[in-house]
Amino acid sequence: MIFKVFKKQELARLHELLAVNIIVGPVVKGKDRNGKPLYDFDVVYDFNELALDYTQTVHSPKRFVLPYHETLSTFAVSRDGWEKHVDLNVYRPLVFFGMHACDINALNKLDLVLAQSTYPNPYYMGKRKNLFIIGIDCNPEPQCFCRSMGADSAIHGFDLFLTDLGGRYFAEILSATAFDLLSQISCKDPSAKDLALYKQATNGKNKHYTAKVETSDLTKILDLEFESPAWDAWGEKCLSCGTCANVCPTCYCYGVEEHVDLDLTHASKTKSLHSCNLIDFAKVAGGHNFRPTSASRLKYRYYHKHRGFVEAFEESLCVGCGRCGAACLADITPPEVIASVRGKE
Amino acid sequence: MQNKLHFIDVLGRTTGAHRKQDPGSFEYTLPAEITSIYPLTETEKLYQIQIIDPEQRNRFSFQPGQFVMLELPGIGEAPFSISSSPVRRGDLELCIRAVGNFTNFLAKVERGTRVGITGPFGTHFPLEKMQGQDILLIGGGLGIVPLRSPLLAVLENRSRYGRVDIMYGAKTPAELLFTYQYEEWRRFDINLGITVDKADKSWKGRTGLITELLKERIKQTASLRENTYAIVCGPPVMFHFVCKMLTEAGLPMQKMFVSLERRMHCGRGKCCRCNIGSTYTCLDGPVFDYWSVMNLKEAI
Repeated sequence: MIFKVFKKQELARLHELLAVNIIVGPVVKGKDRNGKPLYDFDVVYDFNELALDYTQTVHSPKRFVLPYHETLSTFAVSRDGWEKHVDLNVYRPLVFFGMHACDINALNKLDLVLAQSTYPNPYYMGKRKNLFIIGIDCNPEPQCFCRSMGADSAIHGFDLFLTDLGGRYFAEILSATAFDLLSQISCKDPSAKDLALYKQATNGKNKHYTAKVETSDLTKILDLEFESPAWDAWGEKCLSCGTCANVCPTCYCYGVEEHVDLDLTHASKTKSLHSCNLIDFAKVAGGHNFRPTSASRLKYRYYHKHRGFVEAFEESLCVGCGRCGAACLADITPPEVIASVRGKE
Repeated sequence: MQNKLHFIDVLGRTTGAHRKQDPGSFEYTLPAEITSIYPLTETEKLYQIQIIDPEQRNRFSFQPGQFVMLELPGIGEAPFSISSSPVRRGDLELCIRAVGNFTNFLAKVERGTRVGITGPFGTHFPLEKMQGQDILLIGGGLGIVPLRSPLLAVLENRSRYGRVDIMYGAKTPAELLFTYQYEEWRRFDINLGITVDKADKSWKGRTGLITELLKERIKQTASLRENTYAIVCGPPVMFHFVCKMLTEAGLPMQKMFVSLERRMHCGRGKCCRCNIGSTYTCLDGPVFDYWSVMNLKEAI
C-alpha cells in the first residue's frame, strides 16, 4: 500500500481535477429538530458544497448502486410476440467524494452477494465497477457500533482514503488512477511526524465508541434463542414500516413488477427495493404468509444480517452504521435488540 | 480531460451468454410459446410450453425438481416447478393453479401465446443416487406437481429402480391432478395410493389422511434404513407429520428430500424474498434433504 501526505488546500485542486466526472458527496440537506445539520449524499457541483466533516448521512450511498426503482428491461410487444431490451442504466463513472469506512465496507458486503456469486447482477456490477471512491475518516457518533462489526476501517473497495491530520491529509492509495491523480497535486511521502499523528488519530477515534454489539458466538445464540420471548417484545414495538431497510447500506432485497404501456405496444419490468419488515415480504400467491407477524419479520431481519449472511460469507451483513436505529420510529436499535436476545439488558 | 475516468462495460463481450457466471445471462429470457393448455381441475391447468428456437430448445436441459421463471411481458414473472420429463428438454409442461394476479391472467390466455422462459434454476432430486433403491414419492395437493418430473424420469428408466410407491392426497376427488395418467403409471409396476380428505358421491377410493397410506407402506417392509429414498412435497403441515413418520421408520435424513415453496422475484439469489436464514430457496433449493431443512429455522 502506498501512502502520501498533502496539505488541506490541495483537496480543492483534487476536486477540480476530478470535476470532469460526476461527483457525489456529502452535503447539508437541512436541520433536524435540535438544529443539527442533516446530511445526505448528492451530486456536488461546487467544492464548497462538500461537507467533508459530516457526521453521518441519513441515507446510505446505496441508491447510487441499487436505485430504489429501476427499469430492468423493456419489451416491444406485438401480436406475434415480444422483443426484450435490457439496459443496465449506467453510462458513465461516478466519483464518490468522502465516504466513511462503514459505507465502503457495506459496498464490499454487497459485492459478495451481488457480484461475486452465481448469477452476478449486471445492474449492480455496472454501477459498482464505475465508482471511484475517495474515503474519509470519521468520528464515531453515539449510534455507531461499526467497531463491533469489524467495519470501522476500510481495507479494500476504495481508490483513495483520507485521514485528517490537522493541516494535512494522510492519503492511502489503492488504485493506479488515484496514484495518477495525486501525482498532479502537490503531495509528499509521509514523515515520521505524520505517521505519529496518523496513529494518534486512529487511537483517539477508538476511545469514542459508545454503542457496542457483542458478536461472539452470535450465530449460535441466535439459533438457540429462536423462540425467545424477546422477539415478541420487539415485534410489539415494531411498526413494520421498513424504514430500517430504506436507510440501511446493505439491505438489497427487492420486488419486481411489470407494467403495460397505455399504447399496448410496450411493456416494462421494474424492480423496487423492498423490506423484509413489510407484511407481504414472504406472502405467496394463495394467501399463505410465511412470516405473518411483525415479530417473525423483525426476527428474520436480524437472522439474515447476523446469522444467515455470516454462515454464507463468514462475515455479518451489518456494518454497524446505526442508521436503522437512528431512523426507527419505534426506537429499535440493533445493540439493544441483540443484547436483549443475549440476555443482557 | 485526462482525468475523465475510464468507463467499464461489465457486459463487455459476454452479451447473450448463457453461463451462470456471465452477467449477460442475468436478464436473458428464452422466447417460448404455449403450445397447448389442458384443464386438469377447476383451477389447475397443464400448460405445454415450447422454447421457440429449436437449437435453444435442444440445449435447454434440466433435472427433475428444478424450476423455471415464466414471464408474460407486461403482466409478470413467477417461478414454476417443471412437471415434464427431462428427456423432453425445452418442451416443458407446467401445471399452474390460478391463484394470483399472474396465474389468473395465465388462466385466460390461449394457445399460441408468446411467453418467456428463464432457467432452469435450483437444485434437483438426486435420481442417479437413487438408482437400485426403493423410492417413495409422497405428495399432497399441488405437491404432486414437482413430483411428476422425477416420477416420469423413474418410469422411463423403470428397471434401474427398485420398488416405487406413490402416495398422493388431495382435499376432494375434484382436486386430484393428472387423473387421466393414473392407469398409465400403474402399468409400470408401481404402487399408486390415492386418498382424499372429503369424498363425494362418485368417489370409490380411500378417504383419510396421507399418513394412513404411509403407515401401511411402512408396515410392509422391515425398515426404511437401507435401500429407500423418499421425496416429499406438500403443504407445511404435511411435511411435519410425514417427515416425522419416515424418520421414525428409520429413513436416514439425507435420503429424504423435500421441495419447498417460497415467494421469489428473481430465481437467482438476488431478491432475497425466498431467503430462509442463510439459505436461498432458489439457489440452495427448492430441493433440500431433510437434514438441511432440520438445520433451517422456520423452513417447514
